[in-house]
Formats: sequence, structure tokens, C-alpha cells
Amino acid sequence: MSEEVGHKPKAELDAEFSDLYRTHLRDVYSYAYYRVGDHHDAEDLTEQTFLQAYRHFERAQRESNGRPLRPWLIRIAHNLAANLYRDRSRKPVSPIDDTTPLTALHTTEQLVEGRDELSRVIDGVQLLPDDRREALIMRFALGMDNREIARALGRSDGATKVLIHRAIKQLEELVHD
Amino acid sequence: MTEAMPNFEGLLREALAPVEPPADLIERLEGTLMSITELAVDELDAWELSAMRDPRNWVRPATALVVGGSAGVALVLLRARRRPHGAPSVPSIEDVRGAAERAIAELSRETRRLLGDH
Repeated sequence: MSEEVGHKPKAELDAEFSDLYRTHLRDVYSYAYYRVGDHHDAEDLTEQTFLQAYRHFERAQRESNGRPLRPWLIRIAHNLAANLYRDRSRKPVSPIDDTTPLTALHTTEQLVEGRDELSRVIDGVQLLPDDRREALIMRFALGMDNREIARALGRSDGATKVLIHRAIKQLEELVHD
Repeated sequence: MTEAMPNFEGLLREALAPVEPPADLIERLEGTLMSITELAVDELDAWELSAMRDPRNWVRPATALVVGGSAGVALVLLRARRRPHGAPSVPSIEDVRGAAERAIAELSRETRRLLGDH
């Protein structure tokens, strides 16, 4: 980023990047955590996402035409996660992590107790194909709308709507089987 | 199109509740971002862009480019900090500079090779 100071002062770019970081750190970490399934990898993925984002921030701003940059940020994380799995040639170890079950990691822990259905939803999400799982993470963990998800996944709005619909339907079937 | 039961979508929201990033991640990441930002500013302030035309001046500005422009250097530092034996929790400017200088040494060798300067 630093070599391209012709369009905006670097200090201004850095301040804007700082805003982006503060606004979306939780989004990136949540995405990373649900995507890769353990805190250690989620931390690595989050770090790498923001470092890559810093590197390409000015260009992303120029090309975004004022649109929100969250989908771009999540797309970086999405690509890095894909590389992580390709490099390791493996999927997550289990429905989330062997030693630290997902349900113990956020405030739903108490809710899960005695609520088998919620527990089945959590397990079912991990059984979905990658693209469906990612779409659900973006929609429900990050609160992204169809258009944002479409940009993050590099799909059309229509295809994304169908993807989410099918993901929810498949998950319902998994949960109620 | 998503006519799934509202209750089911509510369950999904509970199941996929946002996860707060750990405090140590925030500290580490902010330290790294500050380091690469500050060093790049320092280096860029010290050099006129016009000096880039002379290959003899490439090495120092390239320090700023490598540190400010390459996530790779910072990632080396992030990895190094995870080693168990007493690495500092936040990289110092000196740490970053050291990694950058190693990268610059490689860049200089490559530049000399390309220019035929043996």
C-alpha cells in the first residue's frame, strides 16, 4: 500500500484502514472461526486477512466505488481458508474442534444445555458443503445480506439467494432426520 | 425464497452467534499493523520518489516497500512470536527492520543480477 501514495495521503489511507479493521475485526474472526473450526487457525486466518487487506487496501478502495468493503475482506478470508485446506489437504478435524467444542466457545453454551435441537443445528452446519456453510456463516454470524454475500463469494445475487435457500433446506433436513 | 421456518432461522442465529476475537489476538495484530505502518512512513518520508530513478538508491526505499507492501515479512514475525521461548508479545521496530533488511539483501542481490553488476 505504501508505494501508492499518489491518490490519497498515506496517513489518510491508514486512518481509513484502521476504521475498517475496528469495524470488521469481529466479522473476520467469526467467519474464520466457523470456517476453520478452531481458535488457533482462526487467529492465523484473521491475521493474514488483515495483512493482505492492508497490502491491497488502496486499490480495493479505488475499485469499490464507495461500496462497503466487508465483502472484499471476507473474500480475502475465504480465499485464505481455501488455501489453508488445500495446503493441508484436509477438512476440519470434526464438527468444529476435538478439544474445544463450538458450543463451549460463545454465549450459547448455556442455551445448548437441554436444547438438543440447537446442538444438532451446530453439528449440521459443519456437515454442509463448503459453499452452503459459508453462505450461512455470512448470513447468520455476520448478518450479511444477499448482495454482500454474493460479492464475497463471487456469485450473482440470484445464485446466492438460491444457495442460501438450499443451504437452509438441507440443514433443516439434517436436523430433523 | 427462503421460506424456512422463522424458528429455524432463529436457531441458526443462536448456533452461529458472533465470536469475539481473543484479547491477545487483538494486541498482536494491532502491534504488527502499527509496526509496518510506522516503518513504511518513516522510510517514505526520508526519500524522494525521484531518487527511484537511480538504481543505486533503490535499496533504502525498497525497505519501505517491502515492509509496507508485503504481508510476508509481517507474517514471518507473527510466526516467530509464537515460538515458546520468550519472544516479545509485540514486535519491536528493530525486529521488523531486521526482517526487512534480510529481505532487502535478497532484493539487492537480485537487482545486481538483473543489472549485470557482478
